[in-house]
Amino acid sequence: MRRVMNIAPGRAGRLLLGLVPFVLLALVYVVSSAERRAINPDDKLLPPVSEMAEAARRVALEPDRRTEEYVLWADTAASLRRLGLGLGIATLVGLVLGVAIGILPFVRAALAPLVAVICMVPPMAILPVLFIVFGLGELSKVVLILIGISPFLVRDLAFAVDKLPVEQIVKAQSLGASTWQVAIRVVLPQVMPRLIEAVRLSLGPAFLFLISAEAIAADSGLGYRIFLVRRYLAMDTILPYVAWITLLAYAMDFALARLARATFPWAYVTERR
Amino acid sequence: MSAITVRNVWVEYGDQIVLERINLEIASGSFVSIVGPSGCGKSTFLRLILGQERPTRGTILLDGASMPEEPGPDRGVVFQRYSVFPHLTVLGNVLVAFEFAASPVLARLTGAARRDAIAKSEALIEAVALSAHRDKYPSELSGGMQQRLAIAQALARQPRVLLLDEPFGALDPGTRTQMHALIRPLWREHGMTVLMVTHDIKEAFGLGTRLIAFDRPRVDPQAPGRYGATVTYDFDLTRDTPVPVLRFAKPVGDHHNNNNQSQGASA
Repeated sequence: MRRVMNIAPGRAGRLLLGLVPFVLLALVYVVSSAERRAINPDDKLLPPVSEMAEAARRVALEPDRRTEEYVLWADTAASLRRLGLGLGIATLVGLVLGVAIGILPFVRAALAPLVAVICMVPPMAILPVLFIVFGLGELSKVVLILIGISPFLVRDLAFAVDKLPVEQIVKAQSLGASTWQVAIRVVLPQVMPRLIEAVRLSLGPAFLFLISAEAIAADSGLGYRIFLVRRYLAMDTILPYVAWITLLAYAMDFALARLARATFPWAYVTERR
Repeated sequence: MSAITVRNVWVEYGDQIVLERINLEIASGSFVSIVGPSGCGKSTFLRLILGQERPTRGTILLDGASMPEEPGPDRGVVFQRYSVFPHLTVLGNVLVAFEFAASPVLARLTGAARRDAIAKSEALIEAVALSAHRDKYPSELSGGMQQRLAIAQALARQPRVLLLDEPFGALDPGTRTQMHALIRPLWREHGMTVLMVTHDIKEAFGLGTRLIAFDRPRVDPQAPGRYGATVTYDFDLTRDTPVPVLRFAKPVGDHHNNNNQSQGASA
């Protein structure tokens, strides 16, 4: 008898085993929902799948009576714009500051302690400050995402630069490379895969900050909608929204993983074997 | 072509003395093998010549001028590991040396300049017999091929001095023999001064025109860091005698024994 840790499922087995928890969860939901309905026909807590599908159709395919907008798409566009701006700027900040801290001892001495401290400031705690300083509009939400994830990205990138073997940096210099040339030809391409990984890890926190900011002060957005319909206990809208947000985040993560493998094949050579 | 002069060089890390009283005259175009037990400062010495470290005391001259304090294109280097860039192909690894030289802002070449640089790179890749692998990434190459690539890359800027830090240490004996057959003609052809650190005594005698051994002549068991390593043997391997001619380390300047002892006391 082999040890349990040495017994691995095959390809089909893996797929099947991966599906089982999802199916079980769905089953538990459907059964519980049916049970609650049987006891109380007006139950709102666990709406049946049919009602959720109807609610999803309503927000996705019917224009809102008041604003004439397709609510789901308008919310998605508003949220993704905030998320994209926040993530994009944070990535840029992370890359530039991270590489600068990693390569230049003077920048490291000046900025590394500051970044280490800012990293520990709970972003949600300064959300009121952001609302006061930047107003209740788009800017404060973007800034929250930026403040929430860019310190992490900066530190992670600086660590990644640190981890490059010193031999490579010396070798580049012995080939006549200047500081700038080392940065753009040796360091930058080698930390790009790590940057993408770090952005993938930041997707969760980025969505957290986005939904939080929208929940507190917004007039559109996925988080805004969820917290709005909460007042009517509209679980039939909330649950599809949550599923949609999850799908969006998952798709972004997947796309980034694919992008990294397509753009930087050398970084994943050992993975393919 | 270039001569290296090392005058009374000391390297100390705090209380620990790594190298002491190093005095060497290395003639232009020589192939110097450096041997010695682990941790006796061979690699530290190489890093001094490379400019990656600075001596605590003493001076190092390259062709009579003081050695630059940072690595530069006049001194090429091949390390035991991590010598090539993993994100560039074989061609890219050599080409990048020309791009560093010719394109200060973008470090990229285009058009005729690029074609010209590619031709030069391909000649170097050909010289180390890697033409069949020019579009592969280093992770797809064997250890010996990676080191060959590192040599081709180090030759691209036509350095006056080539520093080899246990370049073949991680290779199997067969591959190592191939590398020996490769490096000597390259050294003759390019006329560089070569400094090679190695643990392989046979390699040291077989390749070098001169062999230098580093060791700690004195050890204080209570304070292992108190005395550093210095040159203990210096062989001329160019004479046609069955036994190499032993030239006891002849200091370039004065002996600094008194100075050394007082230093030991203060450290």
